[in-house]
Amino acid sequence: MGPVLAGFLQLLALIGALALAYVPLGNYMARVYSSDKHLRVEKWIYKGIGANPDTEMTWPAYLRGVLAFSAVGVLFLYLLQRLQGILPGSLGFDSVNPAQSFNTAVSFVTNTNWQSYYGEQTMGHLVQTAGLAVQNFLSAAVGIAVAVALVRGFARSRTGELGNFWADLVRGTVRILVPGATIAAVVLVACGAIQNFSGIHEVGQFMGGSQQWNGGAVASQEAIKELGTNGGGYFNANSAHPFENPTPFSNIFEIFLILVIPFSLTRTFGVMVGSVKQGYAILATMAAIWVGFVALMMWTEFAHHGTALQTAGGAYEGKEVRFGVGGSSIFAVSTTLTSTGAVDSFHSSFTGLGGGITILGMQLGEIAPGGTGSGLYGMLIMAVIAVFIAGLMVGRTPEYLGKKIGSREIKFAACYILITPALVLTFTAASMALSTPQHSMLNSGAHGFSEVLYAFSSAANNNGSAFAGLNANTDWFNTMTGLAMLLGRFLPMVFVLALAGSLAEQKPVPETAGTLRTEKPLFTGLLVGAILIVTGLTYFPALALGPLAEGLAS
Amino acid sequence: MNNSLTNTARLLGAGLRALLVLTLVTGVIYPLVVTGLAQGLFHDKANGSETTADGKVVGSSLIGQSYDLPLKKGQDTPDADLKWFQGRPANGLGSNSINTQYKLILSGATNLSADSKVLLQQVKDAQAAVVKDNSVPGYTVKPSDVPADAVTSSGSGLDPDISPAYADLQVHRIAQKNGLTVAQVQKLVDEHTDGRTLGFIGEPRVNVLELNIALKDLTAKQ
Repeated sequence: MGPVLAGFLQLLALIGALALAYVPLGNYMARVYSSDKHLRVEKWIYKGIGANPDTEMTWPAYLRGVLAFSAVGVLFLYLLQRLQGILPGSLGFDSVNPAQSFNTAVSFVTNTNWQSYYGEQTMGHLVQTAGLAVQNFLSAAVGIAVAVALVRGFARSRTGELGNFWADLVRGTVRILVPGATIAAVVLVACGAIQNFSGIHEVGQFMGGSQQWNGGAVASQEAIKELGTNGGGYFNANSAHPFENPTPFSNIFEIFLILVIPFSLTRTFGVMVGSVKQGYAILATMAAIWVGFVALMMWTEFAHHGTALQTAGGAYEGKEVRFGVGGSSIFAVSTTLTSTGAVDSFHSSFTGLGGGITILGMQLGEIAPGGTGSGLYGMLIMAVIAVFIAGLMVGRTPEYLGKKIGSREIKFAACYILITPALVLTFTAASMALSTPQHSMLNSGAHGFSEVLYAFSSAANNNGSAFAGLNANTDWFNTMTGLAMLLGRFLPMVFVLALAGSLAEQKPVPETAGTLRTEKPLFTGLLVGAILIVTGLTYFPALALGPLAEGLAS
Repeated sequence: MNNSLTNTARLLGAGLRALLVLTLVTGVIYPLVVTGLAQGLFHDKANGSETTADGKVVGSSLIGQSYDLPLKKGQDTPDADLKWFQGRPANGLGSNSINTQYKLILSGATNLSADSKVLLQQVKDAQAAVVKDNSVPGYTVKPSDVPADAVTSSGSGLDPDISPAYADLQVHRIAQKNGLTVAQVQKLVDEHTDGRTLGFIGEPRVNVLELNIALKDLTAKQ
């Protein structure tokens, strides 16, 4: 069997596994967020928080909960890093400097998990497990909570109430992420991922002498890093490191973990709005883009254009032998079409076009299938835009799921889709215009520009992967990517929740013969088109200067 | 104003309490439970899959190593010890970093682009070295015979594996340097070649450390 066929069989196997999980997990998550019962452990947690989980919140109250919880999270993680040097469990590492601490705290709370640090040389056990891994859970739970609030906005009528943020946060963590991550972590250890609390120690080598090993709670962090679409690795090499991703099977399994919640949430959505077919239409849109991107990526990586790769005879630079080109391509697409940003191979050394596919994946807004929660709400915003476009074409007021998309709704949706491009392009342009940020580039020419474009696409979309040649540990990049992450995470959430509140207040519009059938393939086609055109037009000039220039030159 | 301040303070207080309680669940209980399960069920794997030879720990089967001669005076980089199977290049993190050659304490890739002149030179140099090292009397290696993994650095810089093609290409050299027959060494490589998992996941590969341990055993027996 050739590597190309093996690559496609891996893709098929992955699709099969995701399909098997779709209905049970999607239904389960719908029950989690609809049930009025509380588990005993949840009751204890609510008592600890001092919140009543049965109080319904309007959208401003829900948003205040999200923002307050996230603000405290950033501050806590910042202090944990700043105080690492005097706290126990530091592995002897010093406190992290202010700019890098700010960047990392923001990065993990916003579900970005950009790493401007070398994990194995900067973060001790305490910061990794009680700081970074905790935000892997909580930022993912916040993302799902916001998505669920938007779904409730569609499902409910004549009320401004969107649910209770604390209840959604706690349930997502306790009932979905913790059990899922526990099982996944044990599977990863069975493959060879490490899980211990030993310090840095010496281990003998074949030729004599010794090598230094870091211990660490790696598997437990790896599991939630993928399942929560976070992506911040224990080690600098992230999921390319054999202790994080030891075998070909663990590689496929990690891709499955990345995709399973975002895809299954479309089922949760379908169940909660009372029509699983609506969920299928959204699923089909996500799946079409994801499969298309994987196919493109495999094509360009197996063709290995670029002088160095042509001379080498294959696109193996930055890729591990055990994953091969096929496994690495699927991982790269899946991590950039979600908000994960974990890498099992280094995107900077992909072909010019392959690198461009990873950048475009993030720039689509990470909606195919997107991050935990953020993928669903991003895609629903695009669906609102798509019905609006369709409404303009036939000249009637657009509706989606029985709700009118009036000028208020479309303003919120339009603001949502403008924020991220504005951040990406402004910060990239500023970095290119100033003289010092350019010193951070490793490569020159078009690829150097791509490094910067990648960095801000990744930060503003809360992805976290990088063209890692860029030295991002400078005051400029730590601060500016930090700002891009903050604004790119929370401004869109403001508009999502405002939209949710506005929808929930409406009374439902009865379906008529003139209503656009949003569960049909025609709508899926329209939605894919709207996504590609909106994003394509926004980013095309920037992409032409970077990856397209590089890809077409070789 | 005063009222909204109190409300904000109350909300931040709730946020802090939520964070602390959930940190207890996800940052203390969760990793400890997983560590307990891991250490109980998969003790060796949870601690890094240590591999032994002659009763001594010689590394991890998951982590690549370098097989070099001792550094000579005036040398910056040691020469490869051609008695042993060689792994992939590891040029990650550049020459200015603390570690480049299979040092576990810092992992990473070169991040050089596909059309980078620096990368092109690295590939050419590696190719020339592989051709020179492995061409022995009666067996000539052509540049086009050299597989891609032999001349490129991996993502982690710690790749424990090489492709079967690269292992096969080293067989004649290994046989000559160790006074073994080509058939003996080829058999060793074949025994240590792992196919794709379930026939289609990943790529076929040879674990260099395990192969070299087996080679050491074989030469000791001779």
